[in-house]
Amino acid sequence: MTKILTKHFDEPKLHELETYKRLDGYKGLEKALTLAPAEVTAEVLKSNLRGLGGAGFPTGAKWGTVPPVDKVPGPRYVVVNADESEPGCFKDRVLLTRAPHQLIEGLLIAAHAIGAKEAFIFVRGEYQNQYDIIEKAVKEAEAAGYTKHAKLMLMRGAGAYISGLDTALLETMEGKKAWPRQPPPFPTVAGLMAKPTVVNNVETLSMLPFILREGGEAFAKIGSAKNGGTVVFSVSGHVEKPGIYEVPMGSKLRDVLTLAGGVRKGHTLKCVIPGGTSMPPLMEKDLDLALDFDQIRAAGTFLGAGGMIVLDETADAVAVAHNIERFLTHESCGQCTPCREGSYWNEEILERMLHGKGTPEDVPNMTRIGENITGKVICALGDTVGMVTRAYIQRFPEDFKKRISDGQKS
Amino acid sequence: MAKKVKFKLDGREIEADEGRLVIDAAKDAGVNIPHYCYHPALGNPGNCRMCIVEVAGAPKPQVSCRTSVREGLDVKTASDAVKRAQASALELHLVNHPLDCPVCDQSGECGLQNYYMEIGQYQSSVREDKQHKDKRIEAGPHVMLDQERCILCTRCTRFVDNVTQTHELGVFRRGHTERLELTPGLILDNAYSGNVVDICPVGALTDRDFRYKVRVWYLDQTDSICPGCSRGCNISVHTNTQRPWHNDGKRVARLKPRHNHEVNGYWMCDEGRYNTGSLDLGRLGRVLRLSPQKQDVSWEAAASEIGAKLRDGGVAFVASGMLSNEDWAAAKELFAGAKFYFSAQPDQIGEEDALLRRREKVPNLKGAEALGLSSGTFDELAKDLEAGKVRALYVVERDLAKIWGVERAKSLLSKAAFRVFQGPNKVELSESYDFRLPATAYVEEEGHFTNFEGIVQAYCKALEPIGEARPDWDIFRLLATAKSGAAAEVAA
Ligand SMILES: Cc1cc2nc3c(=O)[nH]c(=O)nc-3n(C[C@H](O)[C@H](O)[C@H](O)COP(=O)(O)O)c2cc1C
Ligand code: SF4
Ligand code: SF4
Ligand code: FES
Repeated sequence: MTKILTKHFDEPKLHELETYKRLDGYKGLEKALTLAPAEVTAEVLKSNLRGLGGAGFPTGAKWGTVPPVDKVPGPRYVVVNADESEPGCFKDRVLLTRAPHQLIEGLLIAAHAIGAKEAFIFVRGEYQNQYDIIEKAVKEAEAAGYTKHAKLMLMRGAGAYISGLDTALLETMEGKKAWPRQPPPFPTVAGLMAKPTVVNNVETLSMLPFILREGGEAFAKIGSAKNGGTVVFSVSGHVEKPGIYEVPMGSKLRDVLTLAGGVRKGHTLKCVIPGGTSMPPLMEKDLDLALDFDQIRAAGTFLGAGGMIVLDETADAVAVAHNIERFLTHESCGQCTPCREGSYWNEEILERMLHGKGTPEDVPNMTRIGENITGKVICALGDTVGMVTRAYIQRFPEDFKKRISDGQKS
Repeated sequence: MAKKVKFKLDGREIEADEGRLVIDAAKDAGVNIPHYCYHPALGNPGNCRMCIVEVAGAPKPQVSCRTSVREGLDVKTASDAVKRAQASALELHLVNHPLDCPVCDQSGECGLQNYYMEIGQYQSSVREDKQHKDKRIEAGPHVMLDQERCILCTRCTRFVDNVTQTHELGVFRRGHTERLELTPGLILDNAYSGNVVDICPVGALTDRDFRYKVRVWYLDQTDSICPGCSRGCNISVHTNTQRPWHNDGKRVARLKPRHNHEVNGYWMCDEGRYNTGSLDLGRLGRVLRLSPQKQDVSWEAAASEIGAKLRDGGVAFVASGMLSNEDWAAAKELFAGAKFYFSAQPDQIGEEDALLRRREKVPNLKGAEALGLSSGTFDELAKDLEAGKVRALYVVERDLAKIWGVERAKSLLSKAAFRVFQGPNKVELSESYDFRLPATAYVEEEGHFTNFEGIVQAYCKALEPIGEARPDWDIFRLLATAKSGAAAEVAA
């Protein structure tokens, strides 16, 4: 299968400049610097590259909304979102560890494309090791003269999932509490310090060297319609070979599972969370679904950031929903009421169910609470709070019934 | 001038400025959309989600505090879906609310109670335990904080961040453990701290001096003007007369700012707000002749005696910017030919700032100025008294001891042959006069003050006068009649 980002992962010293350069490293940047910024953006548009941080927004289109320097003069910024905190996602971590120069090259290409003289790499606070690696790589890139057009700066998060949301991340960078902003204005118009800012995911930016080197069309050809290139899944849970797997966009769920060795021996598939715990699960019937941002919607879920969690029949939907809602309750930023209070309420009900104290009213009540949260909050975390329990109730009503009746028996 | 556009509000066609927030445009059109976090002077963080409405063509409900009016916008504020969304936003606000209304000062004027009656009225389905937080934090000299009641709308933090820029309050921690707290190392002690009580939509921030004093539904409200300085902040006087045994017997329970875009916006300062305590202290209610010995007299008797004494020259009139325009006009007539002394002395001068507070702590020096009156200095007055040039000294609501010190004031007072004190409250040396006349306090009369910018503002009568007290202008008229009557008698 075609690999872009992980192609050279067999190279033990890929994280060092010398090795990276030997393997076509920084050729994409060199190419980009021979082009006008608008031409770089055009190439990225052609590539059908979609944002791999979770939302799948077309990267070239996002850059296109940055006001040109002659219209809005003054600084503009690019920020790498390396805050990866969605449970089930660990692909950025591996990309940072193994291929820091690939990211730096992509970042420098993006900086050129939008005319940013400063570019930031915001690293999740817990990723100390990755921070050290990227810091070293930045120094190498500086010494090699790649950063003449844009200065690179590193920043660290303080350990909040919500900081991964672009507007909350910008607040954090400004030294404020990570409370998401409510666009408009979008960050590309008024982002960091109210200046035009592009926030892109580690994986998204890491795709750019290939796109510039090989051309947007070559990249687009690898993927499916409107979903160019590859996607890196972090596969975990009840599989034989958990790990990261890079596959072309539009690959079948079945094929990704096969790469990961399938469901662990002696067990049967219950469901697959496709993109991190915020995404509703896929079922056995979805095994032949093509995985890209658009086609996965047919199954009522999202590709997210490719954090695939495979669950077998030993998993209990109530416990799974509780686990995820507990995380979301813990990570809700607390800014808006429905998410702040609703997450807590929902989690408490689930917890009571787990303790055998559920009642038949709880299920319709949680459904109602969820409906009253999703779509009525400030950010997508809150949407998730209202969605997760409902998704598990809808797909596994028997698990909920059983919890309640078992509890009533004891 | 913003462009006018037409948009639809619940099917009605409405004209409004393009770009005006839907929540404001709806209010202009008589439709009140529920809201907590939005405040016209503090912005629209959009965190309470109460003001949700339906906008045709939008994929999901929108918050009207962050939606702008544009041509052709079609907004529904009362559809079933909107009602459900608003009721549910309210329900979620109450998941962890302590519902301690019976012991909460906000009860009766609480955003949670009001909206529950308006848009709630559902059966609670919360079976879980509520979270507990700190219920008794002395946030500052004037304000108590109950974290459990707080709905985290951030109005108060935006006030201290943007209006006073003193940053004493903040929302700390995250998610459901979040709570409103004092910024470490600070207390809520700024010149405008009381305003956070007004803007708090619930009972989380309450006035310490109002705590447990009187239920708000026993209060009457009267439009007034704060007499605390020459800004003339528009206020509402909240009086407690229905339950006189509440509020420690004090008739004025509290003052609240009234919105006036031109003068004070939504705010008032703490000095103005909390100076009601002395209002009923040492009130004068009887017309008294004090010499040769203390004796009750009628207004008529006092008037004819005093009026006669004011006919000849050598009269000095001491007053202050506490007088209303009506008082000044009557005084000008009565004391024509007399020397006036009313400038603010150190006892009436205090701190000022860029927000509201003015240096001179009286409301109406400008009213005297507008009538062409000017004040002599108190040094001149002292000199004239020493020199025996002042035969009759008429003092209104002014404590000479605060200007000259007790001993000197006493000695200077003794130099005048005839002395009258008039005012609502006792002052030092108010026994050392020949007559003492009871005047109404500003809450017991109506009138006008002219603020430092020349804006003339009316204040209304909130309470009945104490005893025989009359407004100053009324006393001056009475004396003027007596004075001219006396003159006429003499002429006859
Ligand atoms: C709650 C929440 C958490 C998020 N966390 C991350 C994250 O850790 N890393 C990331 O790249 N994007 C994250 N996102 C998505 C970002 O908001 C943003 O869409 C993304 O960084 C844009 O980059 P892309 O266009 O390259 O995908 C998160 C979104 C939400 C709603
Ligand atoms: S939805 Fe949740 S995480 Fe998002 S702003 Fe509201 S409280 Fe914060
Ligand atoms: S104390 Fe009152 S004003 Fe402040 S955040 Fe809480 S509810 Fe809002
Ligand atoms: S008033 Fe609009 S969200 Fe609070």
